[in-house]
Amino acid sequence: MAAVSSLRFPAPHSGLSRFDDGLDRAQRSPLIRRMRSGIFWGLCGLALLAIIVPLLDMVWTLISQAAPLLNLNLFTHGSAIDPAHLSAPIGVEDGILGSLLLGLGVLIVAGIIGVLAGLYIVEFAPPRPRAVMRFCSEVLSGVPSIVIGLVGYTVLVNGPLQWHYSLLAAVISLSVITIPYIIKNTEVAFDQAPRSLREGALALGISRFTTIRKVLLPTALPGIVGGLILAQAIAMGETAPLLFTANWTDANPVLKLTNNPEPYLTGVTYNTLILPYAQAHELAAAAALVTVGIILVLLLLGRAATARSKRMTERMDL
Amino acid sequence: MILLRRRAVGTPPGPAPAPTAARRERDTPIGDAVTQALTGVFGSVPTALLVFILVIMAVTAVPAILFSGTGFFGTYFSPGNYYLAPTVHNGIAAPHTAAFGFLPEMLGTLVTSAIALALAVPISVGGVLMLTEWVPRWAQGGVGLLLELLAGVPSVVFGLWGVLTFGPFMLSTVSPALTGIIGGFPWVFPWLPQGMAWALLGVAIAAFIIIRASVHGQRRRRFRRLALVFLFISLWGAVAPWFTGEVNTAGGVLTASLVLALMVVPIIAATTRELVRHVPVLAKEGSLALGMTKHETARVVTLPYISTGVLATSLLGWGRAIGETIAMFFIIGNIFTGIPVNIYHSGATLSSLIAGTLDAVLQAKTDVSALFAAGLFLLVISLLSNFGGRLIIRRVAGDQALPVGRGV
Repeated sequence: MAAVSSLRFPAPHSGLSRFDDGLDRAQRSPLIRRMRSGIFWGLCGLALLAIIVPLLDMVWTLISQAAPLLNLNLFTHGSAIDPAHLSAPIGVEDGILGSLLLGLGVLIVAGIIGVLAGLYIVEFAPPRPRAVMRFCSEVLSGVPSIVIGLVGYTVLVNGPLQWHYSLLAAVISLSVITIPYIIKNTEVAFDQAPRSLREGALALGISRFTTIRKVLLPTALPGIVGGLILAQAIAMGETAPLLFTANWTDANPVLKLTNNPEPYLTGVTYNTLILPYAQAHELAAAAALVTVGIILVLLLLGRAATARSKRMTERMDL
Repeated sequence: MILLRRRAVGTPPGPAPAPTAARRERDTPIGDAVTQALTGVFGSVPTALLVFILVIMAVTAVPAILFSGTGFFGTYFSPGNYYLAPTVHNGIAAPHTAAFGFLPEMLGTLVTSAIALALAVPISVGGVLMLTEWVPRWAQGGVGLLLELLAGVPSVVFGLWGVLTFGPFMLSTVSPALTGIIGGFPWVFPWLPQGMAWALLGVAIAAFIIIRASVHGQRRRRFRRLALVFLFISLWGAVAPWFTGEVNTAGGVLTASLVLALMVVPIIAATTRELVRHVPVLAKEGSLALGMTKHETARVVTLPYISTGVLATSLLGWGRAIGETIAMFFIIGNIFTGIPVNIYHSGATLSSLIAGTLDAVLQAKTDVSALFAAGLFLLVISLLSNFGGRLIIRRVAGDQALPVGRGV
């Protein structure tokens, strides 16, 4: 019997050992192969459903829970809930304004740092430091957001700087989270610029600064903008780093950098979901729905930017 | 003159060489130097931030580490009584009878993330295979957008969904069914504690099979697979008792783990999709030409090709799962004082402990420091998994830009 089986299967060290499984399979009856195939793809289909169905259910939960609040009051009223007047109109005006303010702050702080850092890493850095910087930036994106909140609290809010709960502390915490993504996108954007352009500029004797500004930047711009949009989407959805830096309020934001708690959209959900009123739960769902809607719009914008950057580089690559 | 000439002649025709250091220096106008210096400062920001975060976390955690020592592995957390005389230990004062046992939270963190990964990896790989092989091209973009949206959904929304919809569904349907099925099965050997019997039996059988297989040499893959099956059964036997017993809350460890799995899926799926896209077409077509079915091609060509990358992105997903805070805070139930009796009970993770407690203990420096110690533990684990994952992914993908990180 042993001799027969060694005839049917390649020897274990024949170099085919990786594929003997496949040969083995080919000798099964077609019915069994079809059945196995059906089971495999059935499970894969279930897996795909397991990804999509909860997401759709989540969106449906938000819409159905928030339904009573979905009118213009949502955008013109604050999120303060008065237990004595539960039927008074409530909305997420403060959250939207606060989140926009935070997004603007992130655009300025993380945008400047991230784009310039990405530019240095991809254009100027010598190979060894470049590898280190890239690695650190990527690892930074893996730091848990609650840890960034803790550090923000102990350094900015209640530490040497004593800013207390404030817009500035929140913006800086969010920036730390988003900088790695901006850097990554900036790098990719500059990397995508066709080699021929770079070499052409070099051959003309143009300085590197001018090359970057006049030759590379136009091609890289859509990619960089895509990174900035992605950063906005991430900043829009974060809660953990803001708990101990912005600390939420249900009043409209004021333009004060320090010593003033800051409202934000996810904070409305976080703080009203635990209140014991039906209206509060509706408000939480409404705020979440608005957040998800804004993030969806940002993702679509980001896609458009990426597509544009791809088209541009393809057109220019001769 | 000679210099000029040498420069003109010295530039060879054909592809431009990288400018030598000397030449770059001579040609550099002032703007270049300024740009380089300026961007260089910003370029070192991420590295500096990473070091800064590590140092701050470590320094702030020192008092609690001195105070508690190995007490971190106790099962009882209490911020202590602020109105009585402080307890002093190792020269560090903490509120009266404060205790910083983080074992339940550590276990909660590890268990939820382990269950989440065990579910998320096969779901993302299977889902991506289905997406790339069977979903028509015009629909792929839409499903891809759904994946991106899932990655972009804020964790507080996952929390809200868990509280309002998914938790009650688990309580009414899934958990009772699970505990009924698993509890109804005869897992118990009367002479051994529950689970242990299966663990021992499975390990013994697996060892026997592996030894036999190494003696025989032939059909090793099959033997190995059989051994894996038995190992799996035995591990399940050891784990199964945690899945039996009463269900009394909509939240709890299992609900939190499932939601966590859903949050990790887009991270793994995004990278897997990119990896599947890079599988060499020739190998796939060759396999099909040999008469293998699509399923066999996927198993023999695609899966081995992407396996290392999937391992790497799973490590990254693990890092993300460990640090997940807000959804866990809403769903897991936040019991800080003991290990849950089964998987359906309320528990806690390190991150939910921090989010749920920091507000209340801000007056007491040592309590805050203890929470920083918990954060330090989180930080170290997630940094290690990130290091590992990114090293592997660099080896697999080279300089290609794989969407590693958030999956957005």
